[in-house]
Order: sequence, then C-alpha cells, then structure tokens
Amino acid sequence: MSARWLLLVLALLLPGAWANLAGYDFTDAAEERRFKALIAELRCLVCQNQSLGDSDAGLAEDLRREVFDLMREGRDDREVIDYLVARYGDFVLYRPPLKPATYLLWFGPIALFALAVWFAVRTVRNQRASAARAPLSEAEQQRIARLLSEESPPPGGPASGEAPR
Amino acid sequence: MKARFLVPLGVFAAMVALLGVGLTMNPREVPSPLVGKPMPAFDLALLNDPEARLTDRHLRGRVSVLNVWGTWCVGCREEHDVLLRLASAGVAPIYGLNWKDDRVLALRWLSELGDPYVATGFDHDGKAAIDWGVYGAPETFVLDARGTVRYKHIGVLTDALVERELLPLLRALKAESS
Repeated sequence: MSARWLLLVLALLLPGAWANLAGYDFTDAAEERRFKALIAELRCLVCQNQSLGDSDAGLAEDLRREVFDLMREGRDDREVIDYLVARYGDFVLYRPPLKPATYLLWFGPIALFALAVWFAVRTVRNQRASAARAPLSEAEQQRIARLLSEESPPPGGPASGEAPR
Repeated sequence: MKARFLVPLGVFAAMVALLGVGLTMNPREVPSPLVGKPMPAFDLALLNDPEARLTDRHLRGRVSVLNVWGTWCVGCREEHDVLLRLASAGVAPIYGLNWKDDRVLALRWLSELGDPYVATGFDHDGKAAIDWGVYGAPETFVLDARGTVRYKHIGVLTDALVERELLPLLRALKAESS
C-alpha cells in the first residue's frame, strides 16, 4: 500500500464536491451551513443525479441564487422547499414525501426484504420438518455406515450403480 | 409442486418486464405541478421593445400557447418551423418566452427564421422561467381562456405531435370557452 493508494481511498471517502459558491456573501457560518444543507437536499433538474449544490448547470446556479434570496427574505427551510416544489414538483426533492403515490417507493424495499426473510425461514423449516418426519430406515443406516467405512463397495453388495470392471 | 422450478424464471421475467418499462421511460420529462393551476404571474419587457411589457394579463381571456426558447437552444431551432406552421394555422396565438438569451441574437434569430410569436417576453435573468418551472428549453405550455395551464410539453415540438395533441386540445379549449 503506497501513499497514492491511501490518497485515492481518502478522496473516495470525501463528500461530493461543491459547485462554485464564491459569489455568495454569507453573514456567518450558520447561514452558510443552512444554505449548503438546503441545496444538498434539492435536485438539479438538468443533471438529475446531482444536487443543486453539486451542479454547475446554469439553471442550478439560478436556483441556488433563488434559494439564497428566499433565505435572505427570512423564509424558513420549509417555505423555501415548498417554493421549489410548487414550480418543479416533488421531483426536486431528494427525499420524496410520504404519500400514497410514493408508498411503493418507501415501503417496497422493506416489503421485498420481509418477503425474502419469510421465504428463507419457510424453506429452512420445511427442510427440517421433512428430515424429522422421515428418519432413515435400518437398511439406509447400514448402507451409510458401509459407504463411510469402506473404500470400495463390497462384492455382491446391494445394487449400487455401475460397478467398475 | 410440479412447476416449482418455473418460479425463479417467472420472477426473472417479471423483473425484465419491470426494468424494460423503466428503460423506455424518459427521465427528462418531469411532470409539471403547474398543469391544472393558474399560470404564474409575470411581467417582462418585450424582446423587441424594452419599454413595453408582456404580462400574464395579456395571456388571459383567450386560449393561448406559451413557448420557451433561446438562441442557444438547438431544439428550439429544430422546432421553429413547426411553430411557424402552428402560428399560420391561426388556432391560437403563440407567445414567446425568451429565456436567458442575448437580445441582439434573439432579434436576429426572429428576423432570419421568421417570427411565430404574437409577442415575446425577454427573460434575461430567468426569474420568470423559474416561476413557470422551466428547466430545459424548448418547453411549450397551453393555457385556457381563464389563464389556467392545461398542458405542458417538454422538448421539441413536431408536426405529428402538434397534429395529434396540440391542435385537438386547442380546439377543445376554444369550444369550452365560447
């Protein structure tokens, strides 16, 4: 492990890069934190897998500015988010709201997992039950003992597969 | 018990179907929350006259079309002839929203390619476009006579689409309001 590897790992662990926020005059660190938290929650509509905070698209910059202006007007986070949802829909939210249309999204994975657990438990139980229900017969036990103790089947033993020549 | 071995195959087929549908959907088309709501208010300078205004009041009172465009937008050039044909059909007035553009370039575009718009608002800083939930030109809205947004198309308009969706809707809305 060289230092280069360590650097790579560190780089991958870093949170996503921010777009250029040089144009913003934050009054204090709290305001900057609030702004960054807000734009990290909102999706850029141009580069859909980036947040407003990550994207360098022109529209993302406009919307960041809009968010900033709304904050300066004294609106709280809820109001800023509602403002964007009213214009762009729930799609701008990285955390979609819980409502009938999103039940599948929110509960689907849990339901799928529960189904898988139920299936696994059932399979294991069935196997145990069938093992307990049909214990091996005397003849089968003897055959197991013979197979385990001997290298080759005894001559004239019970019908096995094809005998070697 | 007999066909149990088919279960994984069935699950697999269901997944293929689900993912197949997902692949054919267009993630760029974000449904607009504006459809069915009153159009957002706006007040813009005209593209060809900075002293005059285009506001939401101009779009009220009759069925109209609002088209968002910019000279930087390739798709807008692609659909320009379609808009010209739609305008000459005379079914409804088309208003333009010139989005984050250069006034000189935009005026040259209209004089060179033809002007399908009754009037074009000049939205240089893109504030009005944000109120309209615009995120990628071209976008086209249809408004009824009361000023309610009734339809939004994201992307290039084609003659086929105009024929199939836009014109029937415009005619229906006109019948509704008269």
